[in-house]
Amino acid sequence: MALIELKGIARTFQLGDTTVNALADLNLQIDAGEYVAVMGPSGSGKSTLLNLLGLLDRPNAGSYLLEGRDVTTLSPDEQAKVRSTRIGFVFQSFHLVPRLSAAENIALPMTLAGIPAAERGRRVAQALKDFGLENRADHRPDQLSGGQRQRVAIARATIMQPALILADEPTGNLDRHTGEEVVRLLEALNGRGVTLVVVTHDQTLGARAHRQLMMEDGRLQHDSALSG
Amino acid sequence: MRLPDILRFARDAATGYPMRTSLSVLAMSIGVAAVVILTALGDGARRYVVGQFSSLGTNLVIVLPGRSGTGGFNPANAITSTPRDLTIDDAAALLRAPGVRRVAPLAVGTSEISVAGRLREVMVAGTTASYFPIRNFELGQGSALPEEDWGRGSSVAVIGNKIREELFGSAPAIGQLVRVGDRRLRVVGVLKPVGQGLGMNTDELVIVPVSLAQALFNSNTLFRILIESKSREAIPESRDQVMEILKQGHRGEEDVTVITQDAVLATFDKLLGALTLAVAGIAAISLAVAGILVMNVMLVAVTQRTGEIGLLKALGATSNTIRLAFLAEAAMLSSLGALLGYLLGEAGAFALRQAFPVFPAYPPDWAVIAGLGTALGTGLLFGVMPARRAAQMDPVQALMKH
Repeated sequence: MALIELKGIARTFQLGDTTVNALADLNLQIDAGEYVAVMGPSGSGKSTLLNLLGLLDRPNAGSYLLEGRDVTTLSPDEQAKVRSTRIGFVFQSFHLVPRLSAAENIALPMTLAGIPAAERGRRVAQALKDFGLENRADHRPDQLSGGQRQRVAIARATIMQPALILADEPTGNLDRHTGEEVVRLLEALNGRGVTLVVVTHDQTLGARAHRQLMMEDGRLQHDSALSG
Repeated sequence: MRLPDILRFARDAATGYPMRTSLSVLAMSIGVAAVVILTALGDGARRYVVGQFSSLGTNLVIVLPGRSGTGGFNPANAITSTPRDLTIDDAAALLRAPGVRRVAPLAVGTSEISVAGRLREVMVAGTTASYFPIRNFELGQGSALPEEDWGRGSSVAVIGNKIREELFGSAPAIGQLVRVGDRRLRVVGVLKPVGQGLGMNTDELVIVPVSLAQALFNSNTLFRILIESKSREAIPESRDQVMEILKQGHRGEEDVTVITQDAVLATFDKLLGALTLAVAGIAAISLAVAGILVMNVMLVAVTQRTGEIGLLKALGATSNTIRLAFLAEAAMLSSLGALLGYLLGEAGAFALRQAFPVFPAYPPDWAVIAGLGTALGTGLLFGVMPARRAAQMDPVQALMKH
């Protein structure tokens, strides 16, 4: 069964008098465990696609089945629950809460989900170890390097053990070396069965994915899985 | 999200922006402190005046000669142009009234008092023994005027403490002879020092039997008749009886004015109560302003933290969680402000009491409760809108602001 199944998805924005088709008639299927890179020029709709996949945005038309369940018709709170348990986000600018320590940032999704403190502590300790952040647990984001921040963000994205990780330019704010490190972390997660969707400008990063999607003007221009 | 987590999250959010937080807490605390201090002032004034009136005596009914202007035109007054004077007989007649416990006639004038060459001008009050219990006068030394026939007028005097100091210094005063006007009087008692009060200063008063005073001033009239009613409830009844008896004695003319201490007190009580309420109203406005400030601060917080709200939504926070988190923060700010303001207000009232010991500047309970309640209420009320705005934010838009 496909993890993600998009059928006839359209997303339009109203900009003054003109209607912008950010996504038009998009059909896409992504299986569980895939490693997909979404590429394309600015304004091609790849970010909109990622937002839709992450249930942060709703399509104007079409249906989105996540694990066989139509999620476009869910209420905002039901969608929040799906995001909480099934989807992890990694952002270009990390999006850490500045006043919280690394450990608290990692624990945030569990805190929001109402998981007891003891369980949170156990899982955060494990995550800190897994991502090599043991000595940084009490540091606030402004006391961390870019690479460490993104590792915290990835730890946070995975702490709820989601089926899907959506990464929006995860290396965009990092130098080549740390970017490489972060990509290897994400690929390792994919290696353990987590579906990984990465939006990127970076050709070399995109090329590492097992499947490439090329977007242009809100349409899927090329899908490496179809053309072989 | 669990409640302790929400509270911790709200606390961290509040402490994460110390400037913003301390400003809104300050605003709220000034509002509450204003309510506490202003009502303490108003209520203190009320208590002070009520206390002063009470010290005049309890259950007091006072008769003044002449008709006060409130009676309208009375044909009888038109014929007899001058009101009849109050006399000792009038006062004696009032003892017949069933609601009356004590009656004291009062004649007042100024005279000179001298002893061993020392001389000074004094206020002389001519009255009877019952004047002392009616006015709650306490004696520092000796005894009050003797119980005797009101017409007899023994040659004795009770003097105020300051007069004793000036005339006798540290020498014993009781039993000494003093000259008042053209009379030689024996000092039988000295009043306890009380300091300044409403009405006359008893420290500089000389009290003599009423008929002696009238002889001294060469007059038959009384300044006042003081009547103590049997109970507080009997005051209106006594008042009517007194009026009736005096009317009979004055050939059916109502040419006296009878006032009750209760009426005066109630008027002042009402007046000052209204004043306190007005002051509390003004203070309540400052509370409302503080509430609006908390709202503004929270709205700014929502705007400032738009990105964070988007992130929380992306991480799976429901709108309810976000609403609660912001509401908890508003509640924390306002309750901290209210508590601080309460302490500040109590400290202010304490300082007032230290500076003016006679002034009982205690904030009334209702004001404290209303002040704290309004502070928390407005804080929460004005926290609702920013919280809702945060909860309804579109996650994509919110995230883009990060």
